[in-house]
Amino acid sequence: MTSPSTPPPAGAGGPRPVLEAHGIRKRFPGVLALDGVSLRLFPGEVHALMGENGAGKSTLIKVLTGVHPADGGTVLVDGRPHAFTDPLQAQRAGISTVYQEVNLCPNLSVAENILIGREPRRFGLVRWSETRRRAAELLTELELGLDVTRPLGAHSLAVQQLVAIVRAVDVSAKVLVLDEPTSSLDREEVAQLFGLVRRLRDRGVAILFVTHFLDQVFDLCDRVTVLRGGRLEGEYPIAELTPVTLVQRMIGGELATLDQLSGRAHGQGAERAAGEPFLRARRLTRAGSIEPYDLDIHAGEVIGLAGLLGSGRTEAARLLFGADGADAGEVSIEGRRAPLRSPRHAIARGIAFCSENRKSEGLVGELTVRENIVLALQAARGWTRPLTRAKQDELARHWIEALDIRPADPEAQVRHLSGGNQQKVLLARWLLTEPRLLILDEPTRGIDIGAKAEIQKLVARLADEGTAVLFISAELEEVLRLSHRIAVLRDHRMVATLANDGTVTPERLLTTIATGTDS
Amino acid sequence: MSTGTADTAARRARPFPAVSPRTRTRVPLLVTAGLLVVMFGVGSVRYEGFLSAQVVLNLLIDNGFLLVVAVGATFVILTGGIDLSIGSMVALSTMLTAWLVQSHGWPLAAVIPLVLLTGAASGALMGWIIHTFEIQPFIVTLAGMFLARGLCYTISTESITIDDPATTGAAQTRLYGPGGLFVSIPVLIALAVLVTAFVVLHHTRFGRNVYALGGNESSARLMGLPTGATKVAVYGVSGLCSALGGLLLTLYTLSGYALHAMGMELDAIAATVIGGTLLTGGSGFVLGTALGVLVLGMIQTLVNFQGTLSSWWTRIVIGALLLVFIVLQRLLGGRRSTAR
Repeated sequence: MTSPSTPPPAGAGGPRPVLEAHGIRKRFPGVLALDGVSLRLFPGEVHALMGENGAGKSTLIKVLTGVHPADGGTVLVDGRPHAFTDPLQAQRAGISTVYQEVNLCPNLSVAENILIGREPRRFGLVRWSETRRRAAELLTELELGLDVTRPLGAHSLAVQQLVAIVRAVDVSAKVLVLDEPTSSLDREEVAQLFGLVRRLRDRGVAILFVTHFLDQVFDLCDRVTVLRGGRLEGEYPIAELTPVTLVQRMIGGELATLDQLSGRAHGQGAERAAGEPFLRARRLTRAGSIEPYDLDIHAGEVIGLAGLLGSGRTEAARLLFGADGADAGEVSIEGRRAPLRSPRHAIARGIAFCSENRKSEGLVGELTVRENIVLALQAARGWTRPLTRAKQDELARHWIEALDIRPADPEAQVRHLSGGNQQKVLLARWLLTEPRLLILDEPTRGIDIGAKAEIQKLVARLADEGTAVLFISAELEEVLRLSHRIAVLRDHRMVATLANDGTVTPERLLTTIATGTDS
Repeated sequence: MSTGTADTAARRARPFPAVSPRTRTRVPLLVTAGLLVVMFGVGSVRYEGFLSAQVVLNLLIDNGFLLVVAVGATFVILTGGIDLSIGSMVALSTMLTAWLVQSHGWPLAAVIPLVLLTGAASGALMGWIIHTFEIQPFIVTLAGMFLARGLCYTISTESITIDDPATTGAAQTRLYGPGGLFVSIPVLIALAVLVTAFVVLHHTRFGRNVYALGGNESSARLMGLPTGATKVAVYGVSGLCSALGGLLLTLYTLSGYALHAMGMELDAIAATVIGGTLLTGGSGFVLGTALGVLVLGMIQTLVNFQGTLSSWWTRIVIGALLLVFIVLQRLLGGRRSTAR
């Protein structure tokens, strides 16, 4: 990691920020997405905006670039207040954005993509030779050699990204917002992009850089603004941070309480991990979502998947359920090869998956508790063998009681239940199919403490009864309490598998998450 | 996570090797041009009197109005939209022209601007609805299609024949060239429209915005291009071309009738697609559309020369050709898959 090449701007007497946001508030129906967030951006700096998914990074960018109007707070460009209501206004004020998805037209030439809307003209007609010459000039200035007459779609995604930046800078060269520009680029392409960013920085452009990748922040950025849960956590010169302290600031100060864990799962790991694994994954991968990983899950074992939000935890799990197809690698179940091509294959082999988005991917809000509970079992039986109503009622009553679902009314519509109870309905649905492997993706997110504890107890009990569990959670505490072994994910890669034998402390787990090495 | 593997995956997913975008846009055009030459060659060998320059000029005389409306359709299809109201707008224009000239004795010179304005305004209105309310162009122009066709019947349920001398004079004017070859006034108008459309599409900002809109609408908006105005304008252009096409058809048939131009929108779309414009938008040439119109006309001419075939064979051949061209577009690579 290189140290920042420009000194952090001094407070008083230093250069004036080119872009300043104060006390930005933004409310979406039901959520306060941004609550009093501030940001300062100086000319000639690369400034990282960090935070977990849902911390408000995207919302802040959208407010700064005029996609969403703010509900409160002020945005100052060069000291003058602005209230942008669409991206064009922001562009005119000097703020350009390059998104993760390249927002250019693949059917037009490189030259056109750079200059469209601003082509040189004579008598209302576009001067093509002049257009091509200017585009080539701009590219050469930034040390990029491209054939400007080729259609953009013929170039790689990385080159398209670079072209998008060149366009953005040519449109308005004061502030450049890069929203996760590197997430689909390989190492060399990232280096090329960083080269361009550094050249722009040296010309005095202020660059706001949003990324998930910690290394890139330390590589490229001068200062960092960290958001957490829609609030400003702080603004730091990068030199004052280490990867570990940065992650701590991103996920919050729960560390003090983490020490008081009960070591419930400690010590049983070795015993449960003995023998033939129920599921064995080897070099399983899917391009763009998770790099090749190995994983064994034994019957009765709880495997925790730890990592920041967006680190590839869900992606890894979805491959095991066949929800996404793997590009390469293999899965065997009880020693036999089992290509999991679709969730149907996975369900047939005794794998159940409780999704993170219980609303969009799991439960049907308009159906009753009973109907939601029997859904998966009915699907497993096939539509030719319907469950009788009496059987449905019996099952629903049994599971409502077993999981203490409230209200204890099988005919209540699921959308009226609280988050925790919805989660239990979803669990009941899958438990009904008596899965051999239960994948739980953030089963306790957004539910109250009581329901959380019950779900944790249930997971422990299921494991004791011989069910294999893959437990995904952002809360280190939970993962440490429940898991026999913990697989750590970082930047879409499984970086370590730790046996939870009492030696794993929250600090050690956090370090692994932050640095990618278990030290 | 490397794009290397992602690209490989994308390549693997595509049934045929990727070709460069440039090849993709040009191959259909070359195929169409080749087809035209082959058809003319076959006709010349098989039928007496087929091999003459006048046969080619007659193609233009008989299809001038189709060329004009197909140019309008090309603008819309290049943005990724569709205009189903073309045929009805043509019929309404013939009706309006015949009614005003014949029943009300208006001079043709006064009727023409009125009809053109009506066409452009109703097209622009549909474009505005499509843009403002974010409704599928298919539905909006379908409504426009019924509306315009219905309005024809409020003028008259019968065919109105024009015998106004100025109009018939203009219709029957033949412009003679060397060797006794001749064209009609509508042919010159149609060619002028074609040239204008070419210049507009390839050499003005509006034209480039049309391509950008068809390439990726949300990108075009984020690039700061006036997507709304462009969308309203292309449907306006299509309406204008329909109205002009209607005027030319009125001159060709010297009548206005509510049943004129039934399904002409489909001929226009077929000509555009056969001419190499992608239905998904963003790729194609208006000159290709002209070739497409000539191909359709050539099929009609061949069927006529054959003499024993029912005129429905024209439709059957067009249908088969259209299918071949759409499959060809697909094989040359879905643009969407490279855009990712």
